[in-house]
Amino acid sequence: MRITVTVNGQPYTRDVEPRLLLVHFLRDELDLTGTHWGCDTSNCGVCTVQLDGVPVKSCTVLAVMADGHEVTTVEGLERDGELDAVQKGFVECHGLQCGFCTPGMLLTARWLLDRNPDPDEGQIREAISGQLCRCTGYENIVRSIRWAAEAGR
Amino acid sequence: MSYGPMHRKEDARFIRGRGNYTDDVRLPGMLYGAILRSPHAHARIVSVDTSAAEAHPKVRAVITGQTLAGLNLAWMPTLSQDTQAVLATDKVRFQGQEVAFVVAEDAYSARDALELIDVEYEPLDAVIDARNALDPGAPVIRDDLEGRTGNHIFDWEAGDRARTDALFEQAEVTVAQDMIYPRVHPAPLETCGALADFDKVTGKLTVWCPTQAPHAHRTLYAMVAGLPEHKIRVISPDIGGGFGGKVGIYPGYVCAIVGSIVTGKPVKWMEDRSENLMSTAFARDYHMRGEVAATRDGRIQAIRVKVLADHGAFNGTAQPTKFPAGFFHVFSGSYDIEAAHCEVTGVYTNKAPGGVAYACSFRVTEAVYLVERMVDVLAAELGLDPAELRMRNLLKPEQFPYTSPTGWEYDSGDYPKALRLAMDMAGYDKLRAEQADKRARGELMGIGVSFFTEAVGAGPRKHMDILGLGMADGAELRVHPTGKAVLRVSCQSQGQGHETTFAQIVGQELGIPADDVEVVHGDTDQTPFGLGTYGSRSTPVSGAAAALVSRKVRDRAKIVAAAMLEASPDDLEWADGKWSVVGDPSAGRSMAEIALAAHSNLELPDGVEGHLDAVTVYNPPNLTYPFGAYICVVDVDPGTGQVKVRRFVAVDDCGVRINPMIVEGQIHGGLADGVGMALMQVMAFDEDGNHLGASFMDYLLPTAMECPSWELGATVTPSPTHPIGAKGVGESATVGSPAAVVNAVVDALGPYGVRHADMPLTPANVWRVVNGDPFRTDLAIP
Ligand code: FES
Ligand code: FES
Repeated sequence: MRITVTVNGQPYTRDVEPRLLLVHFLRDELDLTGTHWGCDTSNCGVCTVQLDGVPVKSCTVLAVMADGHEVTTVEGLERDGELDAVQKGFVECHGLQCGFCTPGMLLTARWLLDRNPDPDEGQIREAISGQLCRCTGYENIVRSIRWAAEAGR
Repeated sequence: MSYGPMHRKEDARFIRGRGNYTDDVRLPGMLYGAILRSPHAHARIVSVDTSAAEAHPKVRAVITGQTLAGLNLAWMPTLSQDTQAVLATDKVRFQGQEVAFVVAEDAYSARDALELIDVEYEPLDAVIDARNALDPGAPVIRDDLEGRTGNHIFDWEAGDRARTDALFEQAEVTVAQDMIYPRVHPAPLETCGALADFDKVTGKLTVWCPTQAPHAHRTLYAMVAGLPEHKIRVISPDIGGGFGGKVGIYPGYVCAIVGSIVTGKPVKWMEDRSENLMSTAFARDYHMRGEVAATRDGRIQAIRVKVLADHGAFNGTAQPTKFPAGFFHVFSGSYDIEAAHCEVTGVYTNKAPGGVAYACSFRVTEAVYLVERMVDVLAAELGLDPAELRMRNLLKPEQFPYTSPTGWEYDSGDYPKALRLAMDMAGYDKLRAEQADKRARGELMGIGVSFFTEAVGAGPRKHMDILGLGMADGAELRVHPTGKAVLRVSCQSQGQGHETTFAQIVGQELGIPADDVEVVHGDTDQTPFGLGTYGSRSTPVSGAAAALVSRKVRDRAKIVAAAMLEASPDDLEWADGKWSVVGDPSAGRSMAEIALAAHSNLELPDGVEGHLDAVTVYNPPNLTYPFGAYICVVDVDPGTGQVKVRRFVAVDDCGVRINPMIVEGQIHGGLADGVGMALMQVMAFDEDGNHLGASFMDYLLPTAMECPSWELGATVTPSPTHPIGAKGVGESATVGSPAAVVNAVVDALGPYGVRHADMPLTPANVWRVVNGDPFRTDLAIP
C-alpha cells in the first residue's frame, strides 16, 4: 500500500505491507531509530511517539493507519538547534540511564506539558504510567519533567 | 576536575534519539534471523521438517540442530562448565528452548517461515518444581550427559557445621523459617540480540551484541568455534539495560554467527519480549530453610541455612568458578554472629537456564533476603522491635576489617550510624506510634527494616574466574599533546554512566577537566582485556584501574616536569593539579604543559621515553563491601489486599562517591526493583512447565504509580583497599530493598498472626491472608 506520513514536519511516501507496524516503518523505512521497540503486548511504551500531537504506542499502530497523519518522534523535539525543555530537564535531573525508555518518556512529557504546563508529581506519574523504565525508579524522570515545567514558565 | 555531580556525557545522544543500540545498527545486504522455539517443557524430538520453510521465497537459510551438529556446534559450554544446546538435537528441555533458526530477507518473512517448520515432538514428563527434582522416579533431564541418572548438579557448603550445630543445641531460643526467593527476570527494556558479520575474504568476524562482557564473549567464541581470537571483534554498542541478563552467550548469538558464515551476509537476530522472558537468564529460584540461634535478650549466636537451588535445564549461572552458589555464603550479613553454616544443593529442572542475573551480586541478594527475614522472624519470637534487635547485633565500627564466620573479609563500615540515620530520616518512633493508633482502628500499616552488606568488585583473580578467565581488568590511558586524554577500559556500561564517571576519575588524578577525557569502551578491538560489567564491579575494578593508570601517567609526567623545571624529580610535589618544585607552587607545570613537552624536542633523561601514556591491569586485593539501612512503610488495604508503598528511606554507604548524582540514580533504580520483586514480579509455571509470565501482561513490572518518591541518605566510609576509596553501588538497592518491603508487609499483617510471606505479595496473596487462609508458599499461580 502506498502511504504518505508526515514525520517531524516532513512528508514521506512509501509502499508498505499492510501489516507493517508504525514503529518498524519509522525505524526501518525512515531510519529514525530513536523510537525503540521493547515488548509484544503494548506494555512498555518505549515505542511512544506523538500521532497528531497525542502520544501513541507505535507498536500498536499500523503504518497504514498513519497515512495522512502527522507523527512526531524524538528526533523532532529539537528545533533549530534548540533542545526542548523536556530534553534539557532530563539532562539536568539525570532522568535517564540506559536511555532506552527516554525517547518515549520525552514525547509523553512534552504532550503533558502542552496540556498542563504546571503538573504536580501525581499528575506526572499518572501521565507516564503506561511506560516502563527499568533504570531510574522514575524519581528523576518525575523531577526532570518538573524541571521542564518550571523552565517553561 | 574532581568528584561531584556532573551532567552525563552520554545524555547528549540519548535525548536526541541518537543512541546506537544493537538493533539500530544496519549493514548493507543484512539478513534477518528468527528462532523457532519449543512449545513443550520436556519432549523428544522425533523429526524436524524444514522443507516448506526453505521453499519460502524470502528465506535464505534454515539451520537446525542437525546442521549445527555437523559443525560440532550443536552444544556450547555454559559459564558454569556445563553444556547447553544451541539448537536442540535430541530433546527439548524447557518451554521456549531454541529448535531452529531461519534466515530471511526481512524480519517479518523470517517469522512467517517459522510457521512453516514442522517439528514432531514426543512429550515427556517434566520436572517443574525443584522440590521434586531429586525424587527417585523423576524423569532424567540431562540424559545427554554421560552416566547421568538423576537431576542432581552439586552439593556445596560453607562455614563451620560442628560449631554452628553446637551453638544451636545450647541456644536459649531458636527460630526456623522456610522461604522461597522466587524466580524473577531482569527484563531490561532492550531485549537480547546480535548482528554477526563474517567476512570470508579477511576471515574477520564482527559481532554487535548488547553484552556486558565483550572480552569474555570474544575469548569464548574463539574457544568454542575455533576462530582465531584476533579475527573476532565484539562490539557492544549502547545497551538498553542489562542488570546481569546480558552476561552470558545465548544460542541466538551463535545462530546469528553461523547464519552469517553460511549465507555470507550480515545476519541480525533480535529476540522478542516473550523470547526474552522465556529463554534468557532468569534470576534467584532459591528454596531456603533458615534457622537462627539466639539468647533470650536478643543476641544472635548462630545462623544456618539449607538451600535447594533451581538451575533450570542447563547449569548456566554466570559466577566465579569456585562458588557454585555464588556469594550466597555471605549470609551472616551485617551481624556479629559467632558461627554460620550453609548447604546448597543445585538441581536441574525443565525451565530456562540462568540463576545469577538481575543485579544480584552473585546471589548476595538471596543471602541478604534470608538473613533479613530471619532477623524479623526472631524479633517476632522475642517480642522485640526489629530495628532494636538489629542495633543490638550489628557489627561495630571497631571490628573492621572483619572476618565473617564463612571467611569474608569485610573492608570497612559504620553500621550503627547508617541505621540510626535511616531511623532519624524515617521518624521511626513516630511511625511506630502511628502504626499503633492505626492498629487500634483496624487499619493495616507496616514498617519494614532491612540492613545489608554487599560484596562486590570481583576478583581477586586468584579466587575468581569464569571458565578460567581471571577477574582482573585492564586500562589504557593516553594523554594527547594538547593535554586531552583518552581512557580505554574493558567494562561496558548499560546505563551506569561510565563515560562520565571514569572521565571524572582520570580528571581528578591528572588535574584536568573531566570534559577533556574521552572514555572508550565496548569494542574489543579498541580496549584492553577485562571481564566486564556485572556484580557491581565496574567502579571497584575498572574504576580502580582507571585511577591507577592515571597515577602511572602522573608519575611519568613528573619526570618530564622535572626536565622542564630543570630540577630533580625527587624535589617535585603534586599539588593543585600541577607538578612543582617543593615550596614553589607558582612555577608548577600543568598536565597540558607537560603533555606538550613530552611530545616535543625537550631533552628527557636517559631511559625515559617520550609521550604520555600508560597501561595497567588491576587485580583487586579484595572485594569492596558497601552497605546500607533501608526502611519501608506500607499501607495495606484489607478489602482488596493491595499494598501501597507509602515511603521508602534508603541510607547507602558505598564509600567515596565519584558522581553522587549517578550514584543516587543507581539506587533509585534498585529500589524500584525491590518493590517490583516483593509485590509484583514472578516467573511462574504451571505443572506442565508452561511459562505463565512470558509477557509484560503477566510479568508485571513496577510503573511510576507503584513507586514512591525515594528518600535517600548517605554515609561515607571509604574502602581501604580501593585506590580512591570507592565501593560498588549498582546492585546495592536491589540486594537490600526486597527484604524491607516484605518485612513491612509482614509487619502490617501482624494482627493476623503472619510471620512470613513469600514474594510476590500480590493483592490476591495478601487478601487470602486477611480472609483467614495461610500464605501460599508454592509458586504456581492459581
Ligand atoms: S514496544 Fe512495548 S509498548 Fe510498544
Ligand atoms: S533509562 Fe533505562 S529503561 Fe529508562
